[in-house]
Amino acid sequence: MPFLTSFFLRFETRRAGAYMVHPMDLGRWIIWGTYALILLLVPLVFTSSLSQTLLSQMGIAIIVCLSYNMLLGQGGMLSFGHAVYSGMGAFLAMHTLNLVSDGWPLPVSLTPLVGGLCSALVAVVLGWVTTKKAATPFAMITLGVGELVWAMALMFPEFFGGEGGISGNRVAGSKPFGISYGPQIQLYYLIAAYTFVCTALMYAFTRTPLGRMLNAVRDNPERVAFVGYNPQVVRYISFIIAAFFAGISGGLAALNFEIVTSEVVSGYRSGAYLLFTFLGGATFFFGPILGGILMVLAFVLLSEFTKAWLLYLGLIFLFMVMYAPGGVAALLMMNLRLAAFGHLRRLWTCYLGLAGTALVALVGAAAMVEMVYHLQLNVAMGPELRFMGATLNAHGVSSWFGAVYTTVTGVGLFELCRREFVRQWGQANEDIEQEIKRRETA
Amino acid sequence: MTHAPQPPALQLQDLRKTFGKTPIIRGISMTVPAGERVGIIGPNGAGKSTLFHLISGRIEPTSGQIALNGQSIVGKKPYEINRLGLSRSFQITNIFPKLSVFENLRCGVLWSLGYKYTFLKFLMDLDDANDRAQELMESIHLDKKRDTLAMNLTYAEQRTLEIGITIAGGAQVILLDEPTAGMSKLETRHFIKLIREVTEGKTLLTVEHDMDVVFGLADKIAVVVYGELLAFDTPEAVRADARVQEAYLGSPVTSTSAVSAQEA
Repeated sequence: MPFLTSFFLRFETRRAGAYMVHPMDLGRWIIWGTYALILLLVPLVFTSSLSQTLLSQMGIAIIVCLSYNMLLGQGGMLSFGHAVYSGMGAFLAMHTLNLVSDGWPLPVSLTPLVGGLCSALVAVVLGWVTTKKAATPFAMITLGVGELVWAMALMFPEFFGGEGGISGNRVAGSKPFGISYGPQIQLYYLIAAYTFVCTALMYAFTRTPLGRMLNAVRDNPERVAFVGYNPQVVRYISFIIAAFFAGISGGLAALNFEIVTSEVVSGYRSGAYLLFTFLGGATFFFGPILGGILMVLAFVLLSEFTKAWLLYLGLIFLFMVMYAPGGVAALLMMNLRLAAFGHLRRLWTCYLGLAGTALVALVGAAAMVEMVYHLQLNVAMGPELRFMGATLNAHGVSSWFGAVYTTVTGVGLFELCRREFVRQWGQANEDIEQEIKRRETA
Repeated sequence: MTHAPQPPALQLQDLRKTFGKTPIIRGISMTVPAGERVGIIGPNGAGKSTLFHLISGRIEPTSGQIALNGQSIVGKKPYEINRLGLSRSFQITNIFPKLSVFENLRCGVLWSLGYKYTFLKFLMDLDDANDRAQELMESIHLDKKRDTLAMNLTYAEQRTLEIGITIAGGAQVILLDEPTAGMSKLETRHFIKLIREVTEGKTLLTVEHDMDVVFGLADKIAVVVYGELLAFDTPEAVRADARVQEAYLGSPVTSTSAVSAQEA
């Protein structure tokens, strides 16, 4: 795979912002073309109404996670209040939508943009204080601002709609070419268009002077001040831009759900953005795209499977922070690198072992979690529950023994596999380092 | 034709800094004409680095005046002072670790070329910034490491990059805080040659511990002891100064012989 190899030889040295000077190459066209094609074709593959709903929400989540990563991954700003901006965008887009229903001559498709612009305005006001400091003080201030807006949401029911939120009807105003955005599929394509354009714009941002100085501020704000830039201004402008995209995402959510409640500005929501941006991978531009997809899958699908979904989510998060702090994106790229140098083959038995043993451990642990949840929540329904085709007795010794035994066995075998994997992984990467050195000197 | 006399590149007047009740800088006055190279020496804790922090705006003086090209810069922020043409390096390496060598230098170049906070232009289209960064990279001999992340450079390379970032913006007054700290003798020799090359024609202030370095690099030596300027003169005069020998170089007899031994 000479193409892949040369890509990764460049990638080796170019990640974390060391791009450019070369003209747009073919690879980039292929990547963006594929992205557009996926957005375009995916509802033709998954045609059920559930998948259309999911896909719409994924587009919305992708935009907001990417905007969050402008702060987290590119600017080193750990925000606990990003939902303030997506949420304000949602409210303002909803009010705009209702004005359109009342006869304002604005196309419905532009209401998310209005949401984005309004969010940017909110960020202009709140952002200067927020970006005054970096690192921990920044995180604390975002938390404070988040609480402030959350409290205001309950204080001003005229604007935020109180407990019931405010609702609207997205079938409003003119209908060019018969597009009313009534059917979900029409709205999906609007969301997909926004997703593509926003992704492209946010990617473009990473290659501008401000985008690069944002990386510099992340790395070393003091040094930035000594090369002529005010680090706070760099953070502030970037913060406003991130809020703009978050607002667009909120506006799209308003169109999608046709209702906005105060929950959208909550700290809980902000936490979800942080969690899934991190899970997707903050060190790569495309990481949050994966994060957005995971977010929707977890919130909509995982919560259908089990009542204990938040617990599982917490476990996954813990596991990722400890073993894969680069998120899914970093895992993917590390393996692609291995594949490019032809070393992935020797690892696949390890992966098989890891997956198998992890599954065993997971089944055991999940059985226990489900039994505990069953005991706590479904006492009236008796001690028996169905779990993966088997009937467990939450009061029965054998069920508990079986679950514990499965877990312990799984964890033990997993640890053995993990050690072997770590050894082989290190070996493979060492070989690659040597290969690169060899090519450099050649 | 008469020219208005050029103001000194840097002028300090009775500069003082007190931390709590402890005076660190106790009234330093000195004038550095444009183009002069000044080596600042003094024992540990004499206030050399604090002096640099005051001049570069990292901390504010308690009292006194600092003028850059005749303009007062007291109370200005580091980035404002930098825009007026003063740049500095740090004793502890202060670079952008997760950016490549090229990106580090380009970050140092951007403001001086007037790009400010723009996000409506692509970096790859900024030919002047890219050319300047490339030139710089070649002049500090790091062009082979163009795409290496700064954190993966060797220590000596990182120190070199630090100098590169410092001179990137084209500042005419350069402050180097112990540029050769932690380097081997051989590395130091190369490094001093490099500093001499890249700061040609600029006003240079260097804090140094290594006597060889200072006496080789500077037109004038400033000796700072306990926050005061003990001497400010040519290397020869400073070396001969009895007070300096006593305060800094040790007892008069041995120090003279030590210095001349190094010289030989």
